[in-house]
Amino acid sequence: MAEDIFQGYKGRALELLKKYNLRVWGQARINTTRGLFTGTVLPRSENDDDLHIVLKIVTGYNIGIDVNTVTSMEETGYQKANYKIPEKEFPYSDDKPTVKLFGTGGTIASRLDYRTGAVIPAFSPGELYGAVPELADICNINTEKLFAVFSENMGPEQYITLAKAIGKEIDNGADGIMIGHGTDTLHHTAAALSFMVQDSPIPIILVGSQRSSDRPSSDAALNLMHASYAAGHGDIAEVMVCMFGPTSDDYGFLHRGTRVRKMHSSYRSTFRTIGDTPVATVTRTGLTHIKKDARPRRKDRKVKILPYFSEEVTMFYYYPHMKPEILDSLVDMGYKGIIIVGTGLGHVNRELYPALQRAKEKGVSVFMTLQTIWGYVHMFVYETGRDMMALGVVPLGNMLPEVAWVKLGWVLGQTDDPEKIKEMMLTPVTHEITEREPYNGYLVYQGGVPEVEEFVRRFRK
Amino acid sequence: MKRIDPEKNFLLTRKETGYVDLKDATAEDYRRIGFMSGLEVHQQLKTRKKLFCRCMAGIYHDHDNFDAELIRHMRPTLSELGEYDGTALMEFRTRKQIIYRINNENACTYEVDDTPPFPIDREALEIALEISLLSKLNIVGEVHITRKQYLDGSIPTGFQRTAILGVEGEIQLSGKKVRLIQLSIEEDSCREVSDIGHTRIYKTDRLGMPLIETVTYPDMETPWELAEAAEYIRFLNRSTGKVRTGIGAGREDVNVSCRGGSRVEIKGVAHNSWIPLLSHNEAFRQFALLKIRDKLLKRNNGESTPEISHREITPADRHLITGPVSDAMEKGYRVIAIRMANCRGLLSHFIQPGHMFADEFSNRLKVIACIEKPNMTHSEATEQLFDQPFWKKAADFMNCMENDAVIILWGPDEDIPTAIETVEERLQMAYKGVPNETRKSFPDGTTIFERVLPGSDRMYPDTDSAPIPLTDEYIESLRKDIPVDISERYRQMIDWKIPEDTYRYLLSKNMVPLIENISADYGFDPCYIGRFLGHRYKNLEGKSKPHKNFSHSIIGEMFGFIASKRLDPEIAFPMLKVLYEHPGMRFESVLTTIGYRPATIDEITEPASFLYEKFRQERRSDSEEAGINWLMGQLRKQATGNIPMEDLRERLTMLTEKTNNL
Repeated sequence: MAEDIFQGYKGRALELLKKYNLRVWGQARINTTRGLFTGTVLPRSENDDDLHIVLKIVTGYNIGIDVNTVTSMEETGYQKANYKIPEKEFPYSDDKPTVKLFGTGGTIASRLDYRTGAVIPAFSPGELYGAVPELADICNINTEKLFAVFSENMGPEQYITLAKAIGKEIDNGADGIMIGHGTDTLHHTAAALSFMVQDSPIPIILVGSQRSSDRPSSDAALNLMHASYAAGHGDIAEVMVCMFGPTSDDYGFLHRGTRVRKMHSSYRSTFRTIGDTPVATVTRTGLTHIKKDARPRRKDRKVKILPYFSEEVTMFYYYPHMKPEILDSLVDMGYKGIIIVGTGLGHVNRELYPALQRAKEKGVSVFMTLQTIWGYVHMFVYETGRDMMALGVVPLGNMLPEVAWVKLGWVLGQTDDPEKIKEMMLTPVTHEITEREPYNGYLVYQGGVPEVEEFVRRFRK
Repeated sequence: MKRIDPEKNFLLTRKETGYVDLKDATAEDYRRIGFMSGLEVHQQLKTRKKLFCRCMAGIYHDHDNFDAELIRHMRPTLSELGEYDGTALMEFRTRKQIIYRINNENACTYEVDDTPPFPIDREALEIALEISLLSKLNIVGEVHITRKQYLDGSIPTGFQRTAILGVEGEIQLSGKKVRLIQLSIEEDSCREVSDIGHTRIYKTDRLGMPLIETVTYPDMETPWELAEAAEYIRFLNRSTGKVRTGIGAGREDVNVSCRGGSRVEIKGVAHNSWIPLLSHNEAFRQFALLKIRDKLLKRNNGESTPEISHREITPADRHLITGPVSDAMEKGYRVIAIRMANCRGLLSHFIQPGHMFADEFSNRLKVIACIEKPNMTHSEATEQLFDQPFWKKAADFMNCMENDAVIILWGPDEDIPTAIETVEERLQMAYKGVPNETRKSFPDGTTIFERVLPGSDRMYPDTDSAPIPLTDEYIESLRKDIPVDISERYRQMIDWKIPEDTYRYLLSKNMVPLIENISADYGFDPCYIGRFLGHRYKNLEGKSKPHKNFSHSIIGEMFGFIASKRLDPEIAFPMLKVLYEHPGMRFESVLTTIGYRPATIDEITEPASFLYEKFRQERRSDSEEAGINWLMGQLRKQATGNIPMEDLRERLTMLTEKTNNL
């Protein structure tokens, strides 16, 4: 294919560039009714309009030229940008643990193309070392790019591939596993791996960043260092998410893959353990346990890989006065398992009962989780709850809605016997349902109260 | 290594450099050293909200008034050539822990980079475009928000969001046109609370406030031209009436070089009156550094790579453990001696009034290696901290040659590698000339090293913001409302014959439009109004602050009232004094307050004969003039507002003449 010399331009702007033989990366003098503009023509973002040409002017800034004001243009030179992340050989040392880093496409480490603004992911060990040289002080890193998808496009197919790859890597003798992942569905993947990879002898750490690493204040480098430490040196052999503890550059948390949730769209400290405390805190030089029941690292290479998933699973978020057709249509579409995210202690309105009855008759497994995020489903408290259980709705304790969806898909991938499904769903694999909620498992404080303000001012960095 | 008398050497090298005091300097002096200078003028805009979030702008708080603190570290990002930018590397070497103080009243999660930007504040954009039009810039067709990296921590993201609104403009000074490179709109940075060792604290109250930056070409060839340009741009910004005033609302970065020197940026000059001396001293500092370079190269046979060596002074080197060396060791510091090749007579070389070449090293040690002062001493220090033979022993310790000098530095173990590197690097730069850097200014007109000047590879597009188109219709609608040019304002004041000593005040307070309106709407003489504002009002303002509700428009309304009542304008000042403190008072009540009663000239002068008789009886002077003055004093109050004082005097003169002739 011939090289696109008008990258991203379309319509009016493209016509104009063609008319004056002006290429992207060409140095341009553009006369307009607003005066003369000079600079280098940059590619245009595909989604922007066709009425402007983008120039990088000599001071480094970008500006747009309105095509309606252009009276003439001239290309006075041409210099194409070639931007590459410098690769430096990752220094290998015998006395350090070896960690395998799987890439999924998230931009845990990346560089920005200064001319176009395009994000270029850094991934090979050499690139990573170029970006975060401190990693070499922690462990040896091997990398493997499994796929390149945005976090929101991660799904069952990727979970299965990841689980198998992890199994292979444990066989190969890795001291720890890291998975670079976009943050939006990081906790879905963490839950999936928690079920698909059981009794791992080594840590499996999922890590992401809330600010891409082309920013000086990015959390990516520190998250990577924390994750490397937890994977290479940490003594907890579980599937965990490693992200910022506080929003400050301080320590990271290790969250259990089945109890973690992204709780803020943009904060660095967005991942929180729900209904319990995190397993541990981690810095680049050490790990401090919080939970006493963590599974220890082992020397053996035994692991159970259960890479199953059925996509005939769905979930719906209940709202007041929801119509039964919604549930009917899900059943008609052939879904075999449904997670309801219900109100309060786990309720839906009476209007849905016939639809629940119908689902039960068609052999669809229906489970109840909570919109309140925190707390347990308690369907015995009110009569409505008892009615619903009679209609086959199974309460899932304090299992998080997203985790329930993942688990149901994993269970349905292994059996279609409703009794077996129910039994598997209610038997915890790894803390997705806990027996008790500690008092400090629910900490959502509100500002404005003197003692909270004092805490925020003095301790919450 | 023979001993140098540093004080004598300092004066001698000052003379060799050809330094003259600013007050004695002529245009010829600046031609001699090739003075070249440009400006980056920052001006806060008077908007309700901040630029990229919806926090209120202009609410400041004290250092200790904060609701939360958080910690960040800035990591350098690679430039497109795969290199770290000079500043980036330096900032990373400093390994600063940055602490931000947040007050909920004026900062949200955007300020601390936990929320992406909201769309740009339209009010700010509009004001900035108006000023761009006034500056005769070519307005861009589409505004692209760009990220400009700052790794000093002054912005928690590590970059400033900024955008160009226009390029290639000009301003007309009295003697020349000065070209403008560009005008950008940007978010203001944090204010520094402290910077000690490895911890720098900022507060976020000012962060994110809308700011514009007007950048000139380096067209200014003397410090006076530079000051004039700065004043002009300040007046131009203020002429819109939509910019903030007060401390820190307008700040200048001054770029200076001398012939053969380098661009050095003096940051954040808060007062235009400081500009001449700062730029003068900087140009001469560069000139002096070039002299130092020439001497170094000559001594090093033209080679620009000096042989530098360093050696640690350990407890075993007993003969050197005295004075500051032993003090430093007692604190647990490491002590390093550095052989400064060919630097004899240069460490005490003049570079600025009160600053010698050695100070450049000490200041860099503080900033780059984070070692608080005193962090070093040297063989040409004016303060004698050692016994006389010490430096001889130190020179032997370092195997110094005749033309060498010695620096001894100390600091915590973890900072020593950076400290050695910092001194060696600065010495290498001295062989090349003047390092590109930004410098911090002091009221005495001197500057010290602040940061390495950032390279051009620190700009990249803000992927969080969409471009903003500026249509012709929109630009033209803004053009309709832009104020009159500042050069035109100067011309008006000259035409009106307003005294020249008021120009600066009237322009800086944007009062020329007020004069124009009062004179056009109510028929007052513009020269009278000009003097009224430029002398009497200025005087009032110098003595006390007005009530917070007082505004210049009240002065205009007051003159309207005076005209409608056909009062004599002399009543204006007594009225103004009342309104200044009670801006809400009705004008009629103001008249009552100052004791005004309508009266004709006959009524006013009715008691004059009686009074004059009294004066003659008690007179202390025979002069007729004295009598009239005394009478004027007695009757001025009743006359004010009713008749012009000249009329009163004329009538009293007639009266006294009549009495005297009786």
